[in-house]
Amino acid sequence: MTPLLLTHLTATSCLGAGLVATWQALEQARGGLSPCQFETVELPTYVGEVAGIDAVQLPAALERFDCRNNRLAQLGLMQDGFDAALRTAIGRFGPRRIGVFLGTSTSGILSTEIAYRHRDPDTGALPEDFDYAGTHNSFSVVDFVSHLFGLSGPAVAVCTACSSSAKVFAAAQRMLAADQIDAALVGGVDSLCLTTLYGFHSLQLTSTEPCRPFDRARDGLSIGEAAAFALLERAPAELDAEAVLLLGAGESSDAYHMSSPQPDGAGARRAMQAALAAAALDPGAIDYINLHGTGTPSNDSAESRAVTALFGTATPCSSTKGATGHALGAAGALEAVICALALRSGLMPGGLNHRERDPELEANYLTENRRAPLRRVLSNSFGFGGANCALLFGRSA
Amino acid sequence: MSTLTACIQGVGLLGPGLADWGEACAVLSDELPYVAARTVLPAPGILPPAERRRAGRVIKLALAVGVEAVARAAADARTLPTVFSSSGGDGDNCHEICVALASRERLISPTRFHNSVHNAAAGYWSIAQGCTEASTSLCAGDASFGAGLLEALAQLAAGAPAVLLLAYDADYPPPLRAKRPIPDAFGTALLLTAAEGAAALPRLQLTLSDAVATSMQNDALESLRRSIPAARSLPLLEHLARQRPGTVVLDYLDGARLALEVQL
Repeated sequence: MTPLLLTHLTATSCLGAGLVATWQALEQARGGLSPCQFETVELPTYVGEVAGIDAVQLPAALERFDCRNNRLAQLGLMQDGFDAALRTAIGRFGPRRIGVFLGTSTSGILSTEIAYRHRDPDTGALPEDFDYAGTHNSFSVVDFVSHLFGLSGPAVAVCTACSSSAKVFAAAQRMLAADQIDAALVGGVDSLCLTTLYGFHSLQLTSTEPCRPFDRARDGLSIGEAAAFALLERAPAELDAEAVLLLGAGESSDAYHMSSPQPDGAGARRAMQAALAAAALDPGAIDYINLHGTGTPSNDSAESRAVTALFGTATPCSSTKGATGHALGAAGALEAVICALALRSGLMPGGLNHRERDPELEANYLTENRRAPLRRVLSNSFGFGGANCALLFGRSA
Repeated sequence: MSTLTACIQGVGLLGPGLADWGEACAVLSDELPYVAARTVLPAPGILPPAERRRAGRVIKLALAVGVEAVARAAADARTLPTVFSSSGGDGDNCHEICVALASRERLISPTRFHNSVHNAAAGYWSIAQGCTEASTSLCAGDASFGAGLLEALAQLAAGAPAVLLLAYDADYPPPLRAKRPIPDAFGTALLLTAAEGAAALPRLQLTLSDAVATSMQNDALESLRRSIPAARSLPLLEHLARQRPGTVVLDYLDGARLALEVQL
């Protein structure tokens, strides 16, 4: 594929709002997970909750979109001058030539969960002020962001569970290549809700501690929330040395099980191979891999097998979910932004909460930050239903 | 703006009073009268028995139209990348989860949870067909059919030889139904192939447009088109059924429609 330029980036997660807070936390090996006190949830688990969402106010004209997920989206878009950069792009290309591609898994379903507590005792009806399309529907966040900026180009939510906001990069790349748009707002927004907290608990996939990806005694994930965005454009001929490019995207399906990865990681391997092929690169060209690394026993072991089968045991890799939690539908975009920051700064973030190496996991897992010049990095995202995506990013020089 | 193109190699359809694409062809070309009736969703024969029991209405619908399109094209489902597009997920499953979460115990079953993801139908399809090709699952609210068609054509433009598009929506149960009043289940699948070298197939050219959407002459079918997002495909399907070349405009987003030039 023709490389695309990530002209602007931003990320908001439990590490903080914006790139500076995000990167400072990772540089200082500081995580953002805390014991779950979210809403009325009573579960023995840790979460990565974003501070300040409740205080966000949507514009009055867009009140029908008011929900936790869209507040988080707006909070995220207002960091790092991202909204101004987007408006500049709109001025340059026009609102019809900018596509919106956002990943989410649960959108604003929290609003529906709460509305169900307030059903009419006689009729069972939901409260009058509950707005399904504005909050619950998966498209809500895309529709909200399109209205916020007056965008009228192709717009879609990609909902492949935990690979949603990795796949948006692939979808946007295709739409740019097909000349339907000149720029793409890509990203992911997913917020805490009861469905995922109680759902992952029902699958016995949540840890009672802060999650410990790739640790010998890892026992599950910690759910997080995040809003992360990038503006993608065709790369100009002249690029500064700081520039970060999307070099390739690869997708595959496990065709194995709805909620368990293929034990040998074959589907994950095919996605990584496809990303390398799209970028016309060999495995040896990759300097660092940001793993999906959820901290569940089966995910990490399948992913380690996939990575070592393709890259051997030398390529440094780590999961940043020990710091951010698993932001589900926003994880792909959050980790894409982390990869871009790693490329810019030459720092590979070590995985947090790691105590003991698992002899079964042969990948070269970093437990401490490591500095080295980075030219090309890979980011993995795998979702329920066996929906896999790997993204390959690189520096221009 | 460049035009996107595709050939249509196979069609699947299931909706109210429309049991399959064969029947829909007869109705859409006025050979048979349209008789409204609740959509009958077949048991998904391609799923293993355990998965068949777990499959809700929306999964049955998606698999049924996908199987029909692949069969009519005599294609191999294992080789086809897929684009699933739906305005909502499995409403029955979502309702049960929300009821459980509003109760004191808050117990939801693992199956309910993994069926709650928007890409559940895609997951079941890939498992049933042994298809390891790339798959995406999209939502664009009422614009979901158009969003899926655009994505599928962009995949062809990017070099995929063929893509299976599955667009489907099923009705929600009360009380969600009052907030999202989709009357019944409707789905369609299009097996789309790259335009080159397939001259015998109907061919599409797509551009974004400001023109007014084409409506259906038949009032009942027009009502379907307006009330079920996946049925926004009907004006295109009518041209295919009548084997009539020409331009149709499909409703897409509030600010844009899709103009399709149908060539035969």
